[in-house]
Amino acid sequence: MSVPLKFHYDVSGGDFTSAGKASVQAKKALRQLGFDPDVIRRVAIAMYEGEINMVIHANGGSADLVVNPDSVEIILADTGPGIPNVELAMKEGYSTAPDNIRSLGFGAGMGLPNMKRYTDEMRIDTEVGKGTTVTMRVSVK
Amino acid sequence: MKISRIAELLNAEVVSGKELLESDVHSACGSDMMSDVLAFVKDQAVLLTGLVNPQVIRTAEMMDMLCVVFVRGKQPSADIVALAEECGIALLTTSERMYTACGKLYAAGLTGGSVVKK
Repeated sequence: MSVPLKFHYDVSGGDFTSAGKASVQAKKALRQLGFDPDVIRRVAIAMYEGEINMVIHANGGSADLVVNPDSVEIILADTGPGIPNVELAMKEGYSTAPDNIRSLGFGAGMGLPNMKRYTDEMRIDTEVGKGTTVTMRVSVK
Repeated sequence: MKISRIAELLNAEVVSGKELLESDVHSACGSDMMSDVLAFVKDQAVLLTGLVNPQVIRTAEMMDMLCVVFVRGKQPSADIVALAEECGIALLTTSERMYTACGKLYAAGLTGGSVVKK
């Protein structure tokens, strides 16, 4: 693999039951490329949490994977409402998810903390009213 | 612990994945909050939950889990069963409550996994 492999997925908003489809596809792609199961799981979980966030808060968005031999980069971008207070949003247990999402088992305020927990680097670029881009990197050891 | 043993201990009905009954699971997790489940990582685990929707299966798939046990007699719908079959995840349903179901498995030697901390 001399040049990075790139994968692009659209995340549709509003349809919570289909949330996670992009992560499932990404997982399959990485498995076919022969990555270690632990790396695949970390990428899949981080991407899945991000996908759920985009469906809940931003009416969908896009997910891109950039696969290098030594790392996997995940770029999640949306044009949703943005995050007014990133520090607060990163706090475990803090959630602004509506009740209907909580009844589906999400909205525990663990999304962003989990994304940070499973990746080696995470950057959040957000602007209120414009949208959010989360860039994460998982190292392959 | 084999999935067949879990079914026996919980007097559970095997809804799908009969071919997985002799597979081994090494740890268990009981929760209705999927993000809490995602904070827990272990290979070959079983998830006990009272939540019944397709995201339960997706969560289990992300975690490479082999088996989901629905507690309190919850029955998964056909689309959930189909998704589990596609993902290779066994589905069990037991009339036990969450606390009792977890307690029975724990007492029989199936412990919880560790939470990844950074």
